[in-house]
Amino acid sequence: MSSMNPLRRLSLQAAAALVAGLALPLRALAAWNKEAFQAKSAADALKSLGVASSAESKDVVIEAPQIAENGAVVPIEITSNVPNTKSIALVIEKNPFPLAAKFDFAEGAAPYVKVNVKVGESSFVRVLAEAGGKFYSASKEIKVTIGGCGG
Amino acid sequence: MAEPMKIRATLKGDLCDVRVLMVHPMETGLRKDTNGAVVPAHFIQEMTVKVNGRTVIEGQISQAVSRNPVFSFRLNGVKAGDKLEIAWLDNKGERSQTETAIA
Repeated sequence: MSSMNPLRRLSLQAAAALVAGLALPLRALAAWNKEAFQAKSAADALKSLGVASSAESKDVVIEAPQIAENGAVVPIEITSNVPNTKSIALVIEKNPFPLAAKFDFAEGAAPYVKVNVKVGESSFVRVLAEAGGKFYSASKEIKVTIGGCGG
Repeated sequence: MAEPMKIRATLKGDLCDVRVLMVHPMETGLRKDTNGAVVPAHFIQEMTVKVNGRTVIEGQISQAVSRNPVFSFRLNGVKAGDKLEIAWLDNKGERSQTETAIA
């Protein structure tokens, strides 16, 4: 056989392109921000999220228990009343990996989320809401009697 | 395929409260089993909420979310019969998708 007939090579390339094209839609979502989620400090996590500065705001509301008996399941309810909130990030400052979650909201969804999280030890939780390219924040201290991480 | 989610979507006017329960161990990768061996991390990393095929919420989460995660969201401008799809993907590439009609 002649070494690599051009037609065959072309069809192989076409097939490869087709496969790549098919694989793409699966990855079209905002990929998990590995750098931010693996950050070991709240400051590093925020930096990786592109938060240079934030303003304290009463329009960001955190509902969470002051004292959590069981750190493995701590309900946290977040509402942003900042107009045009695009995303909400939740940071648990003392956790080994402080960034706990980030949600992006499109038209049709209110900037609201309730989620149960693990809180390793008593810690401030911080919420950052992004609107119009700016970040608005609120924080709340949660005291934990029994930690949520470890065995 | 992972276990399906339980979704409850309650319509009040054109607002909809969505509650979703995902069955997942959400292992942090920091916990040790009874023999002292580290249990490898296994947790959901990405999730999406779609209404009639359009993405309205995209979430990225960490191992800090509790075992068998429960989330509540609020949707607006929806009506009975709209199709609600929720999907997740974990760090091992396992995924799950459940759809339901808003009632």
